[in-house]
Amino acid sequence: MKRVFPILAVLTGLLLAYAFYEAIWVAPMERTMGDVQRIFYYHVPSAWTAFLLFFVNLIASVIYLIRKNAKADAVAVVSAEVGVVFCTVVLVTGPIWARPVWGIWWTWDLRLTTTLVLWLIYVSYLMLRRFSDSSQTPKLAAVLAIFGALDVPLVYFSIWFFRTQHPQPVIGGGGSIDPRMLHVLLINWLAFSCFAFLLSWARYRLEWLQREVEEAQALESLLGDGLAAPTRAPLDKTSSRTGPQ
Amino acid sequence: MSSLRSITLATLAKDIRLEWRSKDAINSMLFFSLLVVVIFSFSFDPNAEESRQIAGGLIWVAFLFAAVVALNQTWARELRNQVLDAYRVSPAPANALFTAKVLGNFFLVSLLEALMAPLFMIFYNLRALGPAWQLIPVALLGTWALVVNGTFFAAMSLRTRSREIMLPLLLFPISIPAVQSMVEATRIILSGDGAARFWIVLLLTYDVVFTTACLALFETVLQAE
Repeated sequence: MKRVFPILAVLTGLLLAYAFYEAIWVAPMERTMGDVQRIFYYHVPSAWTAFLLFFVNLIASVIYLIRKNAKADAVAVVSAEVGVVFCTVVLVTGPIWARPVWGIWWTWDLRLTTTLVLWLIYVSYLMLRRFSDSSQTPKLAAVLAIFGALDVPLVYFSIWFFRTQHPQPVIGGGGSIDPRMLHVLLINWLAFSCFAFLLSWARYRLEWLQREVEEAQALESLLGDGLAAPTRAPLDKTSSRTGPQ
Repeated sequence: MSSLRSITLATLAKDIRLEWRSKDAINSMLFFSLLVVVIFSFSFDPNAEESRQIAGGLIWVAFLFAAVVALNQTWARELRNQVLDAYRVSPAPANALFTAKVLGNFFLVSLLEALMAPLFMIFYNLRALGPAWQLIPVALLGTWALVVNGTFFAAMSLRTRSREIMLPLLLFPISIPAVQSMVEATRIILSGDGAARFWIVLLLTYDVVFTTACLALFETVLQAE
């Protein structure tokens, strides 16, 4: 396992570099939008990755509620955190593209608004995890994740109806995509997925180690009190102890 | 089933009696929403035509904020003297407690709306150009949407640090579709352009979905300690 991580990291780095080269130099220039369209190769893969991670979060939360499996909870935290990062990338690159193309930074369009609400829901999820310090945080967070998942289709419908009632701003797009552009997009998506996986993996290891340290410290302080053997540096002894499952 | 009903009714009666004697929640909500109305009227200064377009938003935002005041107090009362712990170890069904709390809050917030709506009408010079009776289902369904999720999230935020601020942070993102439906339905009814049917149906869907989810998951939240 320890060997796989650096190998994967190097591969992901190469893939990202290749995807960058493809997106900036190889992909054909868009006729009306020009070079600014190239942000599309970062915007869309980030969005797909973010949605995939939020979906993983939902599945992990449901599994946690049913099985009470601590690993599922760690996966839920990690996927929510990394998902929020990628969703932020989507929300930042979108307006950068929209300003020259639509002439406005932001419009309350269906997809923009749904993504924003999704981002808000997951930020509140992370806030709950941050503010809640009991051992039951995972349970509460899993419940909130399910509420968020139920909310998203309702948000989608409400905005869909709201926007069809109102005149649309000028939205370029729809129609077909050049096969060479699609090729570049898919390479970028692959690179971003690998990158997200790598990030999630590193974050998962960190989360797991942190929990092991916390449990070992708790155990240490309990034993230390019981045996009247004060320990100045509880962390020193945890290395010899195997972390509880 | 009968125990569910009797426990629900007993808890509800207890909460309403407590509220009747202290009048803490209703007084603070009333004064709070009065302040919101006055501050809004200073910050917008609308004429009759404009106010018809924005009043739906103003009314519901005021009620949403005021409802949070009441919702925060719902469970705090049960923490004193370990009432909630006693409830947790008793064989009484968790959903009876939840239903009683939701009904109590629903009653309080509806009362607030009934008292504040005429004031809004006077201050903003409002007159419904659409079918005014539709405001009743919108108000009932909208209040239920706020209260059912609000009560649930208030129970969830009990275990967090600074729980008073945690409730709106959890409640507002999830309530976005409900708030949008209420605001749009109210705007359409007041200004009389178009039909509010879609929004009422969406509110109803929201209520059904989240009431089911709350009832299914409340036991988990109550036992989380």
